[in-house]
Amino acid sequence: MADSQTRTLISRAQLSRPLARRIYWTALVVTIVVFAVFFLFPLYWVASSGLKSAAEVEQIPQTLIPHTWEWGNYATAWSNYDLGRLIFNTAYYAFGALVLQLIFDVAAAYALSKLRPVLGNAVLFLMLGTLMIPATVLVIPNYLTAVNVPLLHWSLINSPLAIWLPSVANGFNIFLLKRFFDSIPEELMAAAAIDGAGPLRALRSIVLPMSRPILAVVSIFAMVAVWKDVLWPLLVITDTSKMTINVGLLNLTGDGIPMNVEMASLTVAAIPTIIFFLIFQRNIMSGLTAGSLKG
Amino acid sequence: MATINVSHAKARGLPRAGGPVPAARRRKAPLGSRIRRNLTSYAFLVGAILCFLLFSWYPIVHEFLLSFQHLNVIGQSEGWRGWRNYENMIHDPGFWTSVRVTLMFTGLALIFGYAMPFVLAVGLNEFRHAQSYFRLLVYLPVMLPPVAAAFLWKWFYTPDNSGMFNSLLHFLHLPTSAWLQSPNNTFVVFCMVVFSTWSNMGSGVLIYLASLQGIPGELYEAAELDGAGIIKRVWHVTIPQTRLILSLMLLTQIVATMQTFTESLVLTGGANGTGTMVYLIYQDATNLSNFGGSAAISSVLLVVLALFSGAYLYVNRRSAEV
Repeated sequence: MADSQTRTLISRAQLSRPLARRIYWTALVVTIVVFAVFFLFPLYWVASSGLKSAAEVEQIPQTLIPHTWEWGNYATAWSNYDLGRLIFNTAYYAFGALVLQLIFDVAAAYALSKLRPVLGNAVLFLMLGTLMIPATVLVIPNYLTAVNVPLLHWSLINSPLAIWLPSVANGFNIFLLKRFFDSIPEELMAAAAIDGAGPLRALRSIVLPMSRPILAVVSIFAMVAVWKDVLWPLLVITDTSKMTINVGLLNLTGDGIPMNVEMASLTVAAIPTIIFFLIFQRNIMSGLTAGSLKG
Repeated sequence: MATINVSHAKARGLPRAGGPVPAARRRKAPLGSRIRRNLTSYAFLVGAILCFLLFSWYPIVHEFLLSFQHLNVIGQSEGWRGWRNYENMIHDPGFWTSVRVTLMFTGLALIFGYAMPFVLAVGLNEFRHAQSYFRLLVYLPVMLPPVAAAFLWKWFYTPDNSGMFNSLLHFLHLPTSAWLQSPNNTFVVFCMVVFSTWSNMGSGVLIYLASLQGIPGELYEAAELDGAGIIKRVWHVTIPQTRLILSLMLLTQIVATMQTFTESLVLTGGANGTGTMVYLIYQDATNLSNFGGSAAISSVLLVVLALFSGAYLYVNRRSAEV
């Protein structure tokens, strides 16, 4: 990322002096080590503690490298605490939320941006207005809605819909998508209309292919939101076989689980997200700045 | 990032929402086709509108209504009770404890957690090497499942000498600490803030790094020619140039930390007066089935957070217009 063209606080000329260069390299190495200690060591610590025997994990002083490598802890964690099921559930909820958001939020943003129906601006205003109200403070009425959906009298408790439907009500997605669609030239849309393409066809063959970057951002947000959420799934998913990884971990640590097996479980729980992060790091990091600045 | 920034459309004078409508559309279309267009539009919108209605618009209204109602243990209304829920709330010492913890958390996070990502980003931006290593590592905790990360830290904070922090202190012959079980309430909240900063700092650092790269190098050049040292350059160039993103991040952080929940739930279980407001909302609803009281606390928090989020949107909008 170090762009050789841009200059920062300290100029290249300043850095090329021998003393400055020595300071630079020292600072760099120190920072690299400090980062490893702060961000990698905790992960090493939990993964290696998962290998220790029950006695060693409680031992004072702690051992840096396990004396015995008890892979059995990981097997126990996996089989006794149904981690595979929890991970699968979370992935299933995340994927479903992603699909529903892509369908409904893209369609809505497209209608608001390109089809502009009567009262479209009012709908847009109401949707963007929800950006002011974080979902956390709505958990009580939302929970009561999920228990007994108004008019329909369904209960969404323990149903994936309890996770999926609220995820569609995301003003930020509408904002990002609409802003992006607005930048697609009207001329293109008009040309498509002249060629006889209906709104759905225009969405599929013009808007969507041009919108890949923003669709990637929305998809990543959708997935991450599901596995980062704690409070909502804690309320609406009560059946142990349907829990997300976060809720499942809360449940499992209440059972008087041995410390080494708990550490093995935490390690296993973190692995899928770390893999996901390593694969999509570029999209994830560029998505971070998508929401801020430049209307 | 460049692909997401769409302001070029504006620069080229292309029509945007609310802007001039192209000539073809300005001519009044026949009524039939206008109706058809609106029907199609709403067919596209209906899914999202229903979800917003059920899980956003209706709940906002419902929340305030609930807070004035007497609700039974399964959350069904048993009639209006005026301000009773609010009266109970302000007479409940538990509520004031949760307010204090929330404000303490927010305050400590501002002192401790707000400056840190910025300082770190300014420092990291000077390195010509290992940039992707730094970015990857600092963002890693953000991606962990929050409950897993919290359990990890709870274990690091173990009060006897088997805890990682105490092991380390013991090894260095320093006095050890009870950490989360310390009788000092402020210190416990501080420990929660340290964890929270560790796990959330990554996004701040990356956002700041992106905005630091937008600062024109000539500004530093000019400052340097004027004889400004490094500290002065930070003060007179870096901070003014990133002022907008700094104020946005300030508001974002306030809104986020006032919703702290997982820290209370996992690290302390809300024991010894360490439960935040959201934790109390959760407790009242699940353990006590006091949905009305829970809705009253939520309503208060809703208003406060809406003010901060509103300020965020205002600042962001103003910046877009400039």
